[in-house]
Amino acid sequence: MKPLRRAPGRRRPDLDDDRPVVLSQLRWRDLLSEALAGTLQRPARSALTSLGTVLGVGTFVAILGLTATASSQIDDRFNALSATEVTVEDIAREHDEFLELSFPADADARVGRLNGVRHAGVFWSVRLDEDTTVRSAPVGASGDGRQIQVVAASSGVLRAAVPTLTEGRIFDAWHDTAHQRVAVIGAGVAARLGITTLEARPAVFIGDEAFTVIGIVGDVRRKADLLLSVVVPRTTAQQVWGAPDGGAKMLIETQAGAAAQVASEAAVALDPAHPQYFKAVPPLDPKELRTEVTGDLDQLFLLLAAICLFIGTVGIANTTLVAVLERTGEIGLRRALGAHGRHITAQFLAESGALGTLGGQRRGLRLRQRTGLAHRCVPFLRRPDSEHGLPARRQGPGRAGHGVLPREGIQQRAVEATDR
Amino acid sequence: MVELRGAGLTYPGPPPVRALAACDLTVDQGEFVTVVGPSGAGKSTFLNIVGLLDAPTEGVCLLDGIDTGALKDRERTSLRGRRIGFVFQSFHLLPHRAAWENVALGLLYRGVGHDERRELARETLVRVGLGHRLDALPSTLSGGERQRVAVARALVGDPSLLLCDEPTGSLDSATAASILDLLAELHRGGMTLMVITHDPAVAARGSRTVAIHDGVMSELEPV
Repeated sequence: MKPLRRAPGRRRPDLDDDRPVVLSQLRWRDLLSEALAGTLQRPARSALTSLGTVLGVGTFVAILGLTATASSQIDDRFNALSATEVTVEDIAREHDEFLELSFPADADARVGRLNGVRHAGVFWSVRLDEDTTVRSAPVGASGDGRQIQVVAASSGVLRAAVPTLTEGRIFDAWHDTAHQRVAVIGAGVAARLGITTLEARPAVFIGDEAFTVIGIVGDVRRKADLLLSVVVPRTTAQQVWGAPDGGAKMLIETQAGAAAQVASEAAVALDPAHPQYFKAVPPLDPKELRTEVTGDLDQLFLLLAAICLFIGTVGIANTTLVAVLERTGEIGLRRALGAHGRHITAQFLAESGALGTLGGQRRGLRLRQRTGLAHRCVPFLRRPDSEHGLPARRQGPGRAGHGVLPREGIQQRAVEATDR
Repeated sequence: MVELRGAGLTYPGPPPVRALAACDLTVDQGEFVTVVGPSGAGKSTFLNIVGLLDAPTEGVCLLDGIDTGALKDRERTSLRGRRIGFVFQSFHLLPHRAAWENVALGLLYRGVGHDERRELARETLVRVGLGHRLDALPSTLSGGERQRVAVARALVGDPSLLLCDEPTGSLDSATAASILDLLAELHRGGMTLMVITHDPAVAARGSRTVAIHDGVMSELEPV
């Protein structure tokens, strides 16, 4: 009972199917072209959606790069400094409260003879009276009225701190043994005391005692509090102000890998009769520490990255949802034309997929390279252009995938399609 | 062609709403049936049943002799896509696609190749008198032209039944008349038409008219 619906003689073989129900179908090629057309019909919205992906992926990649960079830098720093530093504390008073200084006078030399020790030195903070001030002139108040810390240290401490001198020199073992009244001051202290040059042989007055300034330290790699202190030789300090009432320590710089061994030997080397008076604090095992810190950082950064990606995803989901809501009419129409639910789903998935993938890939690559350059880390993605040495960027699908084509672009497309 | 046997639809409650009472209607090949009734009388429910958007909760609806109630959802969708052409009041054209692309959309889910779709779309547009506006975007078309594109989209798939829901509802009377002329012409060419309207003037164009009041269908005697 097929009606005569068209001029005789014309045939539409694929439409004249006499089976009662022929299932709808959607060709792959048609699905893709519909998705592309859907993407391109709203250039601004597609661009925004794409931007969401770009931001999400960009952040993800940037953070990945940051993680790698941070981990490697942390590794370096721990290797260079912490892993080669041992501190020995004087805990004699826990055993006998009347003991003064347990470090022997030749403590630097004793520890220095241990295998793997570079420099070692004893230091403590000199406890001054309230009235004793640090000044740059015999009379008058100190620089700005604030107390300046005085540190008694043997020459090994200054060496172990790896100082950068702005002027002069640090004191050495001779100053130590000869009870010289000399001082090495930090750049900050020098500024506060108004000492700008050593040409004039300036002196600092601690209470009524004068100390000749022989060096100004601009920077140290360890024990940064030295920069804000007046450092005097240990023996001189002991002579002037007496032994410290506890709190003396020894700073040891070791060769890489020797820290643990030095820590175990230091106490005995210092006082074989009373090794219990000393407590050596070795650095954490470098391997363990590195793994721990790197692991923590990786987790933290990955969490951040995941959050960022999640935000990006939510953004895209939101935009897509709005797009779908906006196009309910179109969906209804397609359903009326025989589209199955899965055809609609496939089309929208293809559209979002195209937006997300193309936008994300493109930006992700670029950002990755940029962060990589900025943070001096090894790029783990290779730029696709560089392999062939061709400017593939201009022709790549990513550009079209952004959907930022102007209206003319769409019309051009339509015209091309018509001409086909 | 279309046969309703005691077909009715009750939306499940609570409380259940009987949108369309059981009704019998047979539409034969080549008939032009108009369906009238005030808003809320059940016209849309009727359209949904005949257009295979809803299955009746009682009775059966036969389309080309196929019991649509026995079909699975996918089969019903496919049947709808192949045998029924829809024309809506608000056209529902895709805004950024050329006229011929909108028409070709009617064949998208039929597995017809791109080139053939384009050729059939062109033929159909010529048939509805729009051969000169093949590449126009809907935004540049007048209301009457848009509805012609929509009619072409419904026709391109060679349906058994053209189902029009208020096809002139958004048009001025002159344009509406031209669309009705087009429908009448299709009717003369042998197409089976079912037009839902609340405009008596439109209803008068049909060879038969059925009225729906409060979910109850009755056949009006030809005037």
